[in-house]
Amino acid sequence: MTSLGAALVLELHGVCKRFGSLVANDDVNLDLRPGEIHAIIGPNGAGKSTLIQQVSGALRPDAGRVDFLGDNVTDLSVPARSKLGLARTFQISQLAMEDTVLQNTLLGALVASGKPRSLWRDIYRDIELRSCAESALDRVGLLDHQTQPCASLSHGQRRQLEVAVALTRKPKAFLMDEPMAGLGSEGSAQMTRFLDGLRVEAPILLVEHDMDAVFALADRISVLVSGRIIASGAPDEIRADQKVQSAYLGETQ
Amino acid sequence: MSRETLFNIVFMTAFALLPVIAHLIDEPFTITLATRAAILALAAVGLNIALGLGGMVSLGHAVFFGLGGYAMGILAYHAQTFTPMTFGPWELAGTKFMPVIWLVAIGISAVVALLIGLLSLRTSGVYFIMITLAFGQMFYYFSISWSAYGGEDGLSIFVRNDFPGLNTLVPIHFFGLCFAILCLTLIFKARLMRSPFGLALNAARQVPLRVATTGLDPFRVKLVAFVISGAITGLAGALFADLNRFVSPTMFSWQLSGEIIILVILGGIGRLLGPVVGATVFVALEHWLGGVTEYWLIWLGAILLAIVMFARGGLMGLVGRKAIPHD
Repeated sequence: MTSLGAALVLELHGVCKRFGSLVANDDVNLDLRPGEIHAIIGPNGAGKSTLIQQVSGALRPDAGRVDFLGDNVTDLSVPARSKLGLARTFQISQLAMEDTVLQNTLLGALVASGKPRSLWRDIYRDIELRSCAESALDRVGLLDHQTQPCASLSHGQRRQLEVAVALTRKPKAFLMDEPMAGLGSEGSAQMTRFLDGLRVEAPILLVEHDMDAVFALADRISVLVSGRIIASGAPDEIRADQKVQSAYLGETQ
Repeated sequence: MSRETLFNIVFMTAFALLPVIAHLIDEPFTITLATRAAILALAAVGLNIALGLGGMVSLGHAVFFGLGGYAMGILAYHAQTFTPMTFGPWELAGTKFMPVIWLVAIGISAVVALLIGLLSLRTSGVYFIMITLAFGQMFYYFSISWSAYGGEDGLSIFVRNDFPGLNTLVPIHFFGLCFAILCLTLIFKARLMRSPFGLALNAARQVPLRVATTGLDPFRVKLVAFVISGAITGLAGALFADLNRFVSPTMFSWQLSGEIIILVILGGIGRLLGPVVGATVFVALEHWLGGVTEYWLIWLGAILLAIVMFARGGLMGLVGRKAIPHD
């Protein structure tokens, strides 16, 4: 590979993970370059979720290494990786349902504000913190809903809120687990446009089932089948790849 | 001003005025009842930080209540018998000075809460309830067998401890002291609920994974809340022992842990004034219903059942829904 002059944001070297006799990930090598969207696709049970959890820090690989911003983060926990600037959105929304939209967003902004442990400061009167949360809400179009309890949001709005919470962190990289899940074609198109603009702020490692979105967005696609990456390259290369067609794309047709 | 804030102000004013009126018409027993309510409220405010905000159903908060009680009992016992406490080669005099007793009660409760929390917060749900209950029983049976400090009979303290500028044996003075501590703790809790820590704790109860993803360790957030919670309940224990001038293993009993939970549920889980409303209603029922029938707990049970089934937010739920903390 030629040097692009810009350092890789995220690198996975030879990552392996097994659960008993089941090999979930086998020697996975992957990287994320600045400014790109790198999509990971693969049939159900291919090991995408296991892979994502090893990137986020929820699972530790049995072998191999995860580097983030040039540092080895293999042994770091979820909060520690998050503090370094890895923002994650979830396939199933992880939001505090009893709390309001603004409260959920403020929570995301806390650590970036550098004062997450105070017992005394009033977050609701903290102009800096609120403007950070409100601008993130504004970007996903939820500003008018900020006083609404999260439980009253529609499914699509919850997906948007997931993204807004990630935005508050001013992250160095996004790790997105099926952001289109459950969105209708209209919502999906809207989210696609949004993510398209987002890549210039921070690169996105995207796990997604929506093939229209993946082929519209991705700069590179890696195909995971039975825990192994069988192909990796530009969308056109993937589309033309024989192995991919037989293993994956062919199935869905 | 929200309806809840208005209610809180009216309620606390009435709570403060009732003993003053009782003092003026010379009804000291009513003052003692109000003091008891204020102290139990303080214990429940402590539990509500763990239970209401953090979702930690601790069936072992009597540990901290008892530790506070015994901190007071042991220090005052050594002061009234003029015998020093011995720790190996070191000797330490007892004290009858309340601020010192309170600091010791808070400190010991906090340290024990840290240890209990470190072990029990690795579990959740029913297992958390059972582990905290087990710790409660450990302390209960230890206190029964600790003959140096009265064992099963407990410890009597003859004179109430001192606070500068007050005659603590005058009921209204002691009430004022307990009520002031309750108010300060409520102010602290109100601030805490609006603080970064409060937001993180609130979210750690609902979606720990989200808290971890924002860069905070939900385990630590809950642990700190558990320590704060234990320390406040410990302080209440010291005051309770001073009110009765008596400490016994009952303060460590699991029934007492259950009673503190009942106060919180009765008043409203996670509401600022919930534990205070719960404690005052509980003490009032205990007194009035207890005067009518010795089976008053049956009626308390019925009331509790009605509240759990029909008013999910406790008595505070009748005042109004939980207000949104921002506009």
